[in-house]
Amino acid sequence: MMLNLKLAWQQLRSQWQAGDLRVLLLALVLAVTSITAVNFFTNRISAHLNNQGGMLLGGDAVIIADHAISQKYSAEAKQHGLQASSTLEFASMAINSDKNQLAEIKAMDDKFPLVGDFGVQFSAEKTVRNVRARPAKGEVWIEPRLANALKLKLGDQLELGAIKLKVAGILLREPSRGGDMFSFAPRVMMHMYDVPATQLIQFGSRVKYQLVLAGDAEKLKQFIGKMTPKLQRGERIEDVKTARPEIRSALDKAETFLGLSAMVSVVLAIVAMLLASAPFVARSQETAALLRCFGASKANIENIMLIQTALLAAIGGLAGCLLGYLVQFGLAHFAGKLFLENLPAPNLTPIAVGLLLSFAILFAIMLPHIRALKNIPTIQILRRNFVLNPSRLWLNYLPVITVITLLIFLLAKTFTLALAFLAGIFVICLVAGVLAYCLALVLHRASQSKAISNTIGLGMDNLKRRLGLSIAQIIGFSLGAMVLMLLVIIKTDLMQSWQSSLPVDAPNRFIINIQQNQVAPVKTLIRQLDVNQASPQVFAMIRGRLVEKNGQPISAEMFTDERAKRLVSREFNLSSTAVMQADNKLLQGRWWRADEAAAPLLSLEQGIATTLNIKLGDTLTYDIAGSKITLTVTSLRKVEWDSMRANFFAVTPPETLAKFSASYMTAFYLPKSQDDVLNSMLQQFPNFTVIDVASMMNQVRDIMSKLSIAVSFVFGFCVLAGVVVLYAALVATRSARLQEASLLRAFGASRKQVSLMMLTEFVSIAVVASIVAVLVASGLSYYLSRFVLDIPYQFNFLLALSVLAIALVLIPLAAWLVIRGYLNVAPKQLLNSI
Amino acid sequence: MLLSESESEYKLSLTHQPKKSTLIKNTSAILVTNLSKYVGEGANKIEILNGLNLQVAQGESLAIVGSSGSGKSTLLALLAGLDVPTSGAVEIGGQPFSALDEDARAAMRGGQMGFVFQSFQLLPTMTALENVMLPMQLANKKDAKQLAIETLEKVGLAERLQHYPKQLSGGEQQRVAIARAFAPQPAILFADEPTGNLDIATGERIIELLFSLNQAANTTLILVTHDVQLAQRCGRTLTLQHGQLSAI
Repeated sequence: MMLNLKLAWQQLRSQWQAGDLRVLLLALVLAVTSITAVNFFTNRISAHLNNQGGMLLGGDAVIIADHAISQKYSAEAKQHGLQASSTLEFASMAINSDKNQLAEIKAMDDKFPLVGDFGVQFSAEKTVRNVRARPAKGEVWIEPRLANALKLKLGDQLELGAIKLKVAGILLREPSRGGDMFSFAPRVMMHMYDVPATQLIQFGSRVKYQLVLAGDAEKLKQFIGKMTPKLQRGERIEDVKTARPEIRSALDKAETFLGLSAMVSVVLAIVAMLLASAPFVARSQETAALLRCFGASKANIENIMLIQTALLAAIGGLAGCLLGYLVQFGLAHFAGKLFLENLPAPNLTPIAVGLLLSFAILFAIMLPHIRALKNIPTIQILRRNFVLNPSRLWLNYLPVITVITLLIFLLAKTFTLALAFLAGIFVICLVAGVLAYCLALVLHRASQSKAISNTIGLGMDNLKRRLGLSIAQIIGFSLGAMVLMLLVIIKTDLMQSWQSSLPVDAPNRFIINIQQNQVAPVKTLIRQLDVNQASPQVFAMIRGRLVEKNGQPISAEMFTDERAKRLVSREFNLSSTAVMQADNKLLQGRWWRADEAAAPLLSLEQGIATTLNIKLGDTLTYDIAGSKITLTVTSLRKVEWDSMRANFFAVTPPETLAKFSASYMTAFYLPKSQDDVLNSMLQQFPNFTVIDVASMMNQVRDIMSKLSIAVSFVFGFCVLAGVVVLYAALVATRSARLQEASLLRAFGASRKQVSLMMLTEFVSIAVVASIVAVLVASGLSYYLSRFVLDIPYQFNFLLALSVLAIALVLIPLAAWLVIRGYLNVAPKQLLNSI
Repeated sequence: MLLSESESEYKLSLTHQPKKSTLIKNTSAILVTNLSKYVGEGANKIEILNGLNLQVAQGESLAIVGSSGSGKSTLLALLAGLDVPTSGAVEIGGQPFSALDEDARAAMRGGQMGFVFQSFQLLPTMTALENVMLPMQLANKKDAKQLAIETLEKVGLAERLQHYPKQLSGGEQQRVAIARAFAPQPAILFADEPTGNLDIATGERIIELLFSLNQAANTTLILVTHDVQLAQRCGRTLTLQHGQLSAI
């Protein structure tokens, strides 16, 4: 065993020095890095969610409701020996003299938080204190971004609704809150006692009520077991394991998306490894035959190869894990804060994943070779004609294909997504391959032209002479470039389309929470602000829950789609209007007649109808504040949501919902420098919530750019892996190229001619690879723009040129790195070394 | 000129006489009966060896000559168990050899046979000393290092023990290969065109070394070459022609 180990290590060292292993190891490191980086990143977030669920909730469990929580729950909790604390969360305007900002208010009683603490700065000295406390009555704690926006400092007064509260602390850390992605507006913390005086919670206000619980785990379990069946509509219980489902769901999606993106680089890296394993195996054949000649048994050969593979896998795996660990800092920096503000240090699980991946990939690649090497005919040592080439048999690819498929299924989590991903990769490779083939033929034709010098012609023709490898190189590079291009195209197009689709005077402010008696003054104010709005529209909003469809009860469990589940479990905003909004389009059915003003009819938005499987003529029963109303769907509409106008999923005739109390909303254009009018309106009607669409758009843009930088990190690996495929193919053909170069030199070709010939080949590969990448990425982004995102498609010429420029630098450079060594060598020496 | 060192300076010290093999006694070292090797099938069938018989005595030196493609290397491969015959049998030291399985033949090679190849076949990863030790290590010989050092001293490479093949000239590399072949004290030594990759002067010195070591150790030597002069250094020379051996 020691001898085998020694031989394995010696050979490995020598192969490394000979350069046979470098590309193989580089590709392996790249594959492990891309997977572990994603794994470290998602691991940190889920570790935080799992370990600090209590901190996130402010307790061990919480009952969440969209209505006031019955006293029965807290009484029951007390009976179970649990502590209970109440909180309220809602959005409202925070004002400081002439400045206003939408804020997320959290009001809490004297006991909150039951678990965890807040990081608060109480004085100007900038020291942060961790406190398990809450603002005192008459005081607020605010986030720094609100302090900046409203130019507030400690001790100043913040206007919330009808009262003013003293800013007593700057809130720097709140574990119970997600990062930016889930909270557009900055936080204001206040005492529950002050809420009624603000007069902010009025009819129709959207408020999140929470009863936070803490205590003995067993008692809590009993309580949850007992209360869960008694929960009413709109109520749910979260415990530490299910805390922050919105973050978990986003994390889950990010994990799948980033994992599959990383998988593209893994697949490319595996292609590179398959190519790079050729010289390694060829050299191992000689050694194996010689060892057999000296009496080594099959088991000896097998063991040596197995040890070498394990050593390589361990080295590659560890290096990949280390790099993955470093890369995840970038991911966490750009995207992590979208999930949680403070990410814990990563644990060691991703290292196990990385090592496992490294071993799985390398053994899958090497096992067929090991099997063949073990049985190498020893006579080859006399003949020196090593013809063993196990990679020609498709069966030898079986372990690699199995590993790739398993990985994809593990990462995709669902069968359909895994299949779609596999099919996608296959189709893209096929399209890229066919395109590359056609372009190589075009170059071949062109190379015959008399206008092209012989040297350049020979270089261009090399693509066709090594067609299989050329196509692998082209696909490798173009696949990497393609994913990066797609990201840039979609991000840019989406942003531009959002901006350009908005008319200059599109509404830029929404006001919600308008009460019935405030409708007329609001209309007057809007008319004052915007001369174009002669008759501003103010829409009623009646909150009702969908409870029955065609007389059958409807519940979240009946749907698999997440959006459908969400729509059914929360309240809808129903509105009423006589005339359909100008930017709506009737797709099916008919709009109501004037004589149907009070008829129980309903017009639904097409998307929601599809999600909930509702058809024209279906009857839907809504529960509005305890009373039920059944409406018949008479039309389906298409709504341009990005028009930024007020729009509703469900609309009834004007009088149908008259008997129900409603709050009102409107959308209007606030010209620049008219903020003071808005401020005076807010001072007059403190219960209004004004949503600044422009600043929200900016936040969305900010999130998108952070996310796209994070995704670029992962996609960057695809490009690197593409270059490694190219490099591997070069290394695999090194001896053939060496022979070619030396023969050409022997026949009198100058060094310059040989260089030019090879350069032409790689410039041709670069050009073809860029064309393939641009064509496929443009085709894909056209499809996504047209059919998925519904935005106009525009060919990005600048991006296409950039890809070509990058390819023209990267590809010939990678090639030069491999071939430069033997361009300076005398032909005789080259021939001797073959 | 790759030979930079003075090849003639090495001294052949025979003070230490390698142990003669005790395995082969009172019987032929090699006995070949009706050996045939065909490749291809049907109309494409090529007969390389056709019912060949051969007996080699212990300590004998035998040269097999023949033109290119006559089957010399095939015969050597069959004698050394590197390949299996289509029919017929090879016995080594009175024991069936060609009928053994691959691993058993490998084990027997490891214990009793040495090889010198035309292209040296040194492992580039190992020093001269490690290369010489390798066959003995594979055969689990305890005094591998000592034997290897002694043999390398005998071939005049005492100063080159820790050199890697790429640091040695062609002649030196072949001397390492010869040391590797003799160090395990094999009963039979197979040499395949041992001077094929060397210039004439170096080749001659290598042959001198090979024969003197062979004589000292009383090893059975099977030398395959197309060089008639070299063949004449052996006790017996046979020509391989049309798949049959014949005496010159």
